[in-house]
Amino acid sequence: MTTPTPRTPVPVHSPREAPSPVHSPREAPPSPASSTPGGVGSSPRRPDGTLKVTGEFAYSSDMWMDDMLWGATLRSPHPHARIRGIDVTGAVRMPGVHAVLTHEDVPGEKRYGLEYRDQPVLAFGKVRYRGEPVAIVAADHPETARRALDRVRVDYEVLEPVSDPVRAAFDPDCPLVHEAGEDLPPAHPAHHRSGNRVRYQPVRTGAFADGATAAEVRALADVVVTGEYQVGMQDQAFLGPESGLAVPAEDGGVDLHIATQWLHVDQSQIAPCLGLPPEKVRLTLAGVGGAFGAREDMSMQVHACMLALRTGRPVKIVYNREESFHGHVHRHPARLRYEHGATRDGRLVYATAEIVLDGGAYASTTAAVVGVASSLGLGPYEIPHARVDAYGVYTTNPPCGAMRGFGAVQACFCYESQLDRLAAELGLHPVELRIRNAMSEGSRTATGQRVDMPLPMADMLRRAREMPMPPERAAAGPVDVRALPGGVANTSRGEGVRRGVGYGVGLKNLCFSEGFDDYSTARVRLEVVGGEPAVQVHTAAAEVGQGLVTIKGQIARTELGVERVTVLPSDTRVGSAGSSSASRQSYMTGGAVRAACLAVRARVFELVRAAGLVGDDHPDELLGLAGGKVVSGARGVLVSLADLLGASAVEETREFRHRATEMLDPTTGQGASHTQFGMCVHRAVVDVDVDLGLVKVVALDAVQDVGRVLHPQQLAGQIQGGSAQGLGLALMEEIQVSGSVIRNPSFTDYLIPTILDVPPMRIEVLEHPDPHAPYGLRGAGEPPTLSSTPAIVAAVRAATGRPLSRIPVRPEDIVGIERD
Amino acid sequence: MRVTMTVNGHRMDADDVWEGESLLYVLRERLGLAGSKNACEQGECGSCTVFLDEVTVCACLVAAGQAHGRSVRTVEGLAEAGADGAPGLSDVQEAFVAAGAVQCGFCTPGLLVQTEDLLRRTVAAGAGAPSDAEIREALAGNLCRCTGYEAVIEAVRLAAEWTERGRPAGGPARGEAR
Ligand code: FES
Ligand code: FES
Repeated sequence: MTTPTPRTPVPVHSPREAPSPVHSPREAPPSPASSTPGGVGSSPRRPDGTLKVTGEFAYSSDMWMDDMLWGATLRSPHPHARIRGIDVTGAVRMPGVHAVLTHEDVPGEKRYGLEYRDQPVLAFGKVRYRGEPVAIVAADHPETARRALDRVRVDYEVLEPVSDPVRAAFDPDCPLVHEAGEDLPPAHPAHHRSGNRVRYQPVRTGAFADGATAAEVRALADVVVTGEYQVGMQDQAFLGPESGLAVPAEDGGVDLHIATQWLHVDQSQIAPCLGLPPEKVRLTLAGVGGAFGAREDMSMQVHACMLALRTGRPVKIVYNREESFHGHVHRHPARLRYEHGATRDGRLVYATAEIVLDGGAYASTTAAVVGVASSLGLGPYEIPHARVDAYGVYTTNPPCGAMRGFGAVQACFCYESQLDRLAAELGLHPVELRIRNAMSEGSRTATGQRVDMPLPMADMLRRAREMPMPPERAAAGPVDVRALPGGVANTSRGEGVRRGVGYGVGLKNLCFSEGFDDYSTARVRLEVVGGEPAVQVHTAAAEVGQGLVTIKGQIARTELGVERVTVLPSDTRVGSAGSSSASRQSYMTGGAVRAACLAVRARVFELVRAAGLVGDDHPDELLGLAGGKVVSGARGVLVSLADLLGASAVEETREFRHRATEMLDPTTGQGASHTQFGMCVHRAVVDVDVDLGLVKVVALDAVQDVGRVLHPQQLAGQIQGGSAQGLGLALMEEIQVSGSVIRNPSFTDYLIPTILDVPPMRIEVLEHPDPHAPYGLRGAGEPPTLSSTPAIVAAVRAATGRPLSRIPVRPEDIVGIERD
Repeated sequence: MRVTMTVNGHRMDADDVWEGESLLYVLRERLGLAGSKNACEQGECGSCTVFLDEVTVCACLVAAGQAHGRSVRTVEGLAEAGADGAPGLSDVQEAFVAAGAVQCGFCTPGLLVQTEDLLRRTVAAGAGAPSDAEIREALAGNLCRCTGYEAVIEAVRLAAEWTERGRPAGGPARGEAR
């Protein structure tokens, strides 16, 4: 059998330093200094960089085999309908069509799901969202496959959509999206599942824990602000479409080349649906064109495997952009109500929040999103009396799940808006009010979890405030319209343009929470190749663009003192690495690579003792690896690895776990549910054309504490990329859904920031190590996505005086036109 | 139908092309040149940008038949032969890696072609390095979801500098093992 377009194992040789864009006031000494070039703390070249600029890097949509077929998916045109019958005869008869499959052809489990198995592989009984897969086709040309879909006849009885998430949460008469008696697995007892509620999580502290009413607690405050907020549905909008190639194998199994965030969780869902043991479903990570949460849930995985097994031929499926908008989960849109009370001198007394997250048709990660939204719903503030009620619900809207920031984004926009309102009431600078109420190391979150790591929030806020401001717009002289709202559309030459400044802070949990057994696995092999020591690192972790592939090599170089490191392609031949999400891979897979390297090191030192180079009782601590040699503090170089190892190899595999976390108490929401906290502070400067409602973000500067910088250049890329996605949510990105139907499934109508929309972004990175984490690092990818949104909206408010309680902010919100 | 084009300097034929196929589809699926990307196939993202008779186009919007008899240059044709004849990265390609402008890399082929075009019209034409505003204008049709564009702008500045003054020796090399 021929193999698909090969993915070249990525060599990480000859690292070269890139200039560091990160200004890093180092507050604490780093953990082990890296002496090997290209080690931890430096910015070596990405090992996949060359392949990516020559066009040779094989993404999942680039896979190709001689005899392959193309798969295509028939999707429901209705958001909510009963399926009376499906007739595939017209499609089956078409020349070039090799298979047409429906739910009846699913060999094993008919449903799958990340946390809760409720999503049909192919719809049966009912469809619950528009775009739900109903049938799949394999044909010899993608156009033939598409035309065959037109010939599949599905008889639907259209039902009324369940479009209003608030009604779904609270109205006992609301129709059920998942009806009783549907044979679904039992829900987690602590999730308070009932009706259309996927999970309800309350949090109570202070007087609220003792049963006090809002009115009683309100009496303790001098100043009260309330707000109702709305967050639109954001799309991850990765550029590489959902795609993959399934190849039938001689053992009756299947090999799947796929773009995903977590190979093993895909495998654990695919195998039961195919009725195969997991070892017969082998996954290899194909090149991933971005993820941002949208590849946590499966899309075409089971479909491609079913078609390949049925036809005995490799099958490739590639979604187009419109299909992609229907083919993955989105960020939960939310309705939120907040109330904050403070004393006259600006101390928070109490806060309440009611958060309703629209999970859409299937559970996906909604329960975990509720866990984050509830536990972090009030942000990084010391609040004596807190009450949060967070709900995640089923509707017939597009399914929602993971997106960068995962439930913390929606809340952050609201609590930061509330703090700004309060600051205005109190006549305080927004930064000053935040500093007065800032959490720090030793504080407790609203869930009673003690922050047992540095959290220099007040210092970060001061630094953000003191960063240099962009130059004022010149009052006279020539105008460059490109720098104004509206740009070359030439809508203004400066008249009606006002400047505003705003701040935002966000608190994000990093790694998986709420008692999840979160681990990663790494295999590290040290051997001599061509007379030189060389290291191979093998994990199943998904490189999605973030640069984990670089980090793995850096860690191996630092721990083993060997420059030549090869990172093998990720696949299921090695144990699970967990998900490339929750900002967790540097921590978790980084931790696993480090643990495996330390085990290899220990084995090398045993060899040194066995060879009599040091005494039998010579402890490991007095030995080291550097420059491809074993060194001893007292005696210098003992032996080169090449001489010591000869033809033998040392290989070790290790699993790495972070410390255990707890479930939230189902009635009080108390519990140390999180592993680690990350924080970013943003200051945004905007120019607003107040007549036309157009916004130009002039500057978007950030201060973030990352514990320890592993790769300064890649870190900057994470912070800037995350900030830009927050900008998108603030000003332009929204999947418009009406009547449960997506109205703008294209990049023509769903706008993501272009290079004209994103301003220069200055970054200040702090390094206060987390004593619990490998190298003291803190996951860095998500926090900037939280704080940039409220900072920008605050800046637009400052420029316009409008309340702006809904994101994305629309031109009509700025100019004050009512719309329903 | 049969479509014949000169692609990256080589004459290539594609047979049995259906009239509805785009230049992008023919490059990717019939000629084995998958470097040009397919992020939207609607002309909105720029990931499929190629030179058609040395003018940049979105290959997803060009019908394959329109390219018949013409010359196409894709990301695969950007690498230059070094002094030793071994293929090496062009200044623009090298600058994108060196500046950290490549994350997932799906936008990269289109950005590289567009940047190559910008530098040809500016530095290489003796008009000096493009300003930041000119860089933004030239790349306004290329979406990138990962980088926030800061590193992309840095990469273009770096490539312009190298085009103007030469790439420093000892820095990122041509002819390096790929
Ligand atoms: S794929 Fe051609 S513009 Fe997006
Ligand atoms: S690097 Fe991922 S889209 Fe640009």
